[in-house]
Amino acid sequence: MLGIKEHCAILGADVTGRYGAGNANLFKDIEHLIRLVAVIAIALVAFVILRAAVVPHSFGQYGHYRGAAIGEIASRPVAFAGHDTCEACHTDVVDQKKLGKHVVIACEACHGALAKHVDDPGSVQPKKLDTAIVCARCHEANSAKPKNFPQVATADHSGGIACDTCHQPHRPKIETAKTETEGKK
Amino acid sequence: MYPNEVELQWSILIVLYPFITGLVAGAFILASLERVFRVEAVKPTYRLALLTALAFLLVAPLPLQLHLGHPERSFEMYLTPHRSSAMAMFGFVYLWYLMGVLLLEIWLDYRRDIVVLSQTERGWKRLVYRVLTLGSRNVSERSLGIDERLGYFITLVGIPSAFLLHGYVGFIFGSIKANPWWSSPLMPIVFVFSAMVSGISAVMLLYMLSTRLREKEIDMRCLDKIAQYLLYTFVIDFSLEMLDLLQRIYEADESFRSLDFMVHTRLWTSQVIVQILLGTVTPIGLLGLTQILRLSDIARKRIYGLAGCLTMIGIFAMRWNVVIGGQLFSKSFLGYTTYKMAFATREGLLTAIALMILPFIILWILVKLLPPWYESDSSPGSGSAPAHGTS
Ligand code: HEC
Ligand code: HEC
Ligand code: HEC
Ligand code: HEC
Repeated sequence: MLGIKEHCAILGADVTGRYGAGNANLFKDIEHLIRLVAVIAIALVAFVILRAAVVPHSFGQYGHYRGAAIGEIASRPVAFAGHDTCEACHTDVVDQKKLGKHVVIACEACHGALAKHVDDPGSVQPKKLDTAIVCARCHEANSAKPKNFPQVATADHSGGIACDTCHQPHRPKIETAKTETEGKK
Repeated sequence: MYPNEVELQWSILIVLYPFITGLVAGAFILASLERVFRVEAVKPTYRLALLTALAFLLVAPLPLQLHLGHPERSFEMYLTPHRSSAMAMFGFVYLWYLMGVLLLEIWLDYRRDIVVLSQTERGWKRLVYRVLTLGSRNVSERSLGIDERLGYFITLVGIPSAFLLHGYVGFIFGSIKANPWWSSPLMPIVFVFSAMVSGISAVMLLYMLSTRLREKEIDMRCLDKIAQYLLYTFVIDFSLEMLDLLQRIYEADESFRSLDFMVHTRLWTSQVIVQILLGTVTPIGLLGLTQILRLSDIARKRIYGLAGCLTMIGIFAMRWNVVIGGQLFSKSFLGYTTYKMAFATREGLLTAIALMILPFIILWILVKLLPPWYESDSSPGSGSAPAHGTS
């Protein structure tokens, strides 16, 4: 490749011959800048068009999000039935639960969303729960939890047995504990 | 330790991000100083610095996009600007700096070369240059003079923009009230100066490396000047950081004991040994030595090379200590966690290494496309590029 300077020398004559002779035409000398501005303008226009095309119309209606999203979410079927609904049929469980500390916990916190089951209890049966997962979700020992919250290192504590073999899930305190097992953490 | 603090959310990629933008801003500021204050000595690095800035700027968003996932969504930041989000607004700072400053300045500076190349090159390269000329082949004295003045103006705008670019990164950290390790109004300023340090030393190293690769003579006048700049900015940067430290020690607010413990244990190697001793005090000492003693060219080159490398390590360690250090302690001041770096994962070490190599590949392509050397001229600073001030 030739050095830049040689190129310039080749070009120089041509160039100055054509444009450099006088200050005849300012337009000629800023032509490249005008072209640049044109390119930028085209890019901006393209951006504005793109923006108009892809930004949803309801965006910004209430805040920095798509306004129509609220309606869409609201129209989705309800997944949770709520604590009160369960009580209508499962009175026995509710009564049990009232006796223990799990009284504060909603049924669906453990059993999962069950609106479908409420609509048609006959055909939609709730899945059997895996206590190793469900109970550990709240009771797995963790130094970040408050000290007075009942927590165990589940693997050591249960020895791999399902929690509900010893604990009644709805009323978890084991009244006769002292005499029964060695399972204390 | 709260459960959400045990695992670090901001990985090594978030360390890379301020490191890379720092190089961009620093390289650009070096180039601008040369142009605005007309320092002829560092002229040989002017274009190299601009291209370095561009290469790193193109890579800068990648670590963030890898970290967040869904890179295609990053464009939505521009479609629906969120004015109260500092991070979203950074998209505009970035865009402004890339399009409004850097590309424009490079284009104006290279326009004559592009026009020449569009007529001498063949094949697809010719096409590329053709497109770059935007169809105007006018390189008359007057048009170049206009370019020169416009370029000067853009550089003037560019300096605050470069400060903004990297100051903004510091601002994002500095404005996090909940984190005492970050929350400091000095943060943007420290970031800007450390950016200048890293950028200057990167350009210095690249200049030395590239002249060696091309088997050319290093312009010692230029190198000495850059090293001098490096020393000055480094001294300012170091004193700012020490001021910050002093302030923290004296103020000793409720976070102090926790942070102090952290610096003495988990961050001892990366902060005190690597960042301060190895990466700051040593290069400052080395550079200071070249100012005091009369050393031979060879010795100076070696020292500059060593000091430059140490500086890069030191600045990287500084980014590491800011980003990772800020997540190692609990906001309850009662516990500490550790950062386990993965290797071949999306945010692992391998990705980080690849991201650090990528800008050099881009730079190599840019250099092939737009040669930044001034050799074919009798002396640096005249000839092919419009000599500054010839308007
Ligand atoms: C309309 C009455 C009704 C309501 C309301 C209702 N269930 Fe049921 N549920 C039943 C019937 C009937 C069965 C089937 C019993 C059987 O097969 O022995 C059942 C079964 C269950 C089972 C499985 C029992 C087993 O032996 O495996 C669970 C768990 C359960 N319901 C939980 C709930 C929860 C939680 C709610 C509240 C969200 C709820 N149910 C609301 C009627 C109801
Ligand atoms: C602490 C978690 C938890 C809560 C809260 C809970 N359950 Fe259960 N429930 C279980 C577990 C575990 C089982 C046993 C495993 C299984 O059947 O899936 C169970 C079993 C059942 C059964 C099957 C028969 C039985 O009595 O053992 C019914 C019915 C039931 N639950 C209903 C309810 C209702 C109604 C509520 C709310 C009033 C409720 N549960 C709240 C964990 C819970
Ligand atoms: C949604 C969270 C949650 C789940 C799931 C849960 N628990 Fe509990 N558990 C609690 C709370 C809350 C308490 C009450 C703590 C208190 O008041 O100190 C409690 C208390 C207990 C206690 C102590 C009772 C007492 O009277 O001292 C035992 C034992 C227990 N749970 C066992 C279980 C078992 C077994 C399971 C799984 C079937 C389970 N828990 C699932 C939240 C949960
Ligand atoms: C072998 C029987 C057994 C099994 C299986 C078992 N526990 Fe227990 N657990 C006990 C006994 C006994 C106690 C002590 C009596 C009490 O506090 O109710 C206890 C106590 C607890 C306590 C209260 C601890 C405290 O500090 O007050 C929790 C929480 C608990 N268990 C959770 C679980 C969980 C979760 C599982 C399943 C992973 C499980 N247990 C399985 C026997 C068992």
